[in-house]
Amino acid sequence: MTNQAPRFWRSIPQRYNLSGTHCTCCNEYFFPPRNLCPNCRRGAHLEEYTFKGTGTIITYTTIYNATEDFERLTPYNLAIIQLDEGPKVTGQIVSSSAGVKIGMRVRPVFRILGKEGNKGIIYYGTKFAPLIEPNCSGRDE
Amino acid sequence: MRSVSIIGVGCTKFGERWDVSLRDMIAEAGVMAIEDAEITGEQIDALYVGNMSGGRFIEQEHIGALIADCAGLSRLHVPSTRVEAACASGGLALRQAVLAVASGYSDIVIAAGVEKMTDVSTGTAADALASAADREWECFFGATFPALYAMIAKLHMRRYGTTNEQMAQVAVKNHHHACMNPIAQYHMEIKINDVFKSPMVADPLHVLDCSPISDGAAALVLAPTEMARRFSEEPIKIIGSAQASDTLALHDRRDLTTLDATVHAGRAAFTQAGIEPRAIDVAEVHDCFTIAEILAIEDLGFVEKGQGGKATEEGITALGGSLPINTSGGLKACGHPVGATGIKQAYEIVLQLRGKAGKRQVDEAEIGLAHNVGGSGGTALVHIFSR
Repeated sequence: MTNQAPRFWRSIPQRYNLSGTHCTCCNEYFFPPRNLCPNCRRGAHLEEYTFKGTGTIITYTTIYNATEDFERLTPYNLAIIQLDEGPKVTGQIVSSSAGVKIGMRVRPVFRILGKEGNKGIIYYGTKFAPLIEPNCSGRDE
Repeated sequence: MRSVSIIGVGCTKFGERWDVSLRDMIAEAGVMAIEDAEITGEQIDALYVGNMSGGRFIEQEHIGALIADCAGLSRLHVPSTRVEAACASGGLALRQAVLAVASGYSDIVIAAGVEKMTDVSTGTAADALASAADREWECFFGATFPALYAMIAKLHMRRYGTTNEQMAQVAVKNHHHACMNPIAQYHMEIKINDVFKSPMVADPLHVLDCSPISDGAAALVLAPTEMARRFSEEPIKIIGSAQASDTLALHDRRDLTTLDATVHAGRAAFTQAGIEPRAIDVAEVHDCFTIAEILAIEDLGFVEKGQGGKATEEGITALGGSLPINTSGGLKACGHPVGATGIKQAYEIVLQLRGKAGKRQVDEAEIGLAHNVGGSGGTALVHIFSR
């Protein structure tokens, strides 16, 4: 992980609020934001877009052996999530590993992702949690 | 474009080589290759070396000049270039050397690869390897390299019914092959149950589903085919050389259970060679994890998509099967010093095509293939070789 504040600071809009881009020419959504649309390239018209953050788990794993920065979290769940607007993202799932399933609906949650010791930067960002669709059962069981 | 041949090969023992440095290993592999080709330093026109992360592993960049220096070529001022494509750095060095000779710009060119990974802690090595993934949008959120392949495996199992046993069989087979390879890191037979009993790294991948951290170096000497017989009695022709790229992050791929870079590089290499996948007698593919070998044999067209696990279970890919895969032991059991791997793959195929692969020799091997992947599939290289 970086130990330079600017590198983290300049990505805050994307990491805190899932801010990406939308190409109005081909109607594809991109996260993280792209400066060039891979479909339209220089013919593109890109505008900022903030994702709803809800999506579906495409695949996942439970990590037992992590890099030094994430060792204290093990075991933790990591998934590739397809956001409802289309793009896929990698993120942690806040749930017991038994509860994670392919096809499960998730929503974004704001969490600490890491810290540089006791005096360094604290990194925040988006993780995902199981989504209870309000129109499915009507109440939590 | 000129036809290109390999006229000399060399490779160090792979493993935890605490007694030797990167400098020692590259010199050893280089001297072996040069002696094998019976050339002198004055005849060398250029050097290309694959090295993923000298900066992270030994705090040394500028590996191009370093290897020319270690090889005793500094006073000849031979141009030396380091190339990087993560775990495909070796394959990329080979391709750069092929292009230099094929174009007519250079005649005798060295393609080498080296990595010294055990001078840092396992955690630091894992973090350096993770930089082959997308640091900002995968690793930042806690992704590790095994985790990315674990997510591929999970989806492959779900879609195609691939089993834990089939994946473990890749490791069992490659360990068996490595027992017959003197340069391999592990000379240790394992059973499917050993894989299951080894600690879980990222579900469903256990420690024994993963390639190890290794030290090693390998080198090849290339020449125009028209000159090759002057140096070698058994030059090996490179009849296909292709490279393809894809998104850096796994999550951005068209399909999470296909490495499109492998598909594209494979097709281009087969077209150049003018052959179909079934013409291949022996192949070294990029098995950084057991699931990766299953993906590779599918994406190269050896078996249908989804049938890689079954083919492994049936023994098709074992020595004695119809398509022996990773006779060296592969990355899994021969070891995976990342920058050296792509060159070691070519080294193994050259030995097989020369008929000098000892106990692991594939009968009457005429055409071989080497497949090298960078990261989770952001880069792929495919080379096809012929006697």
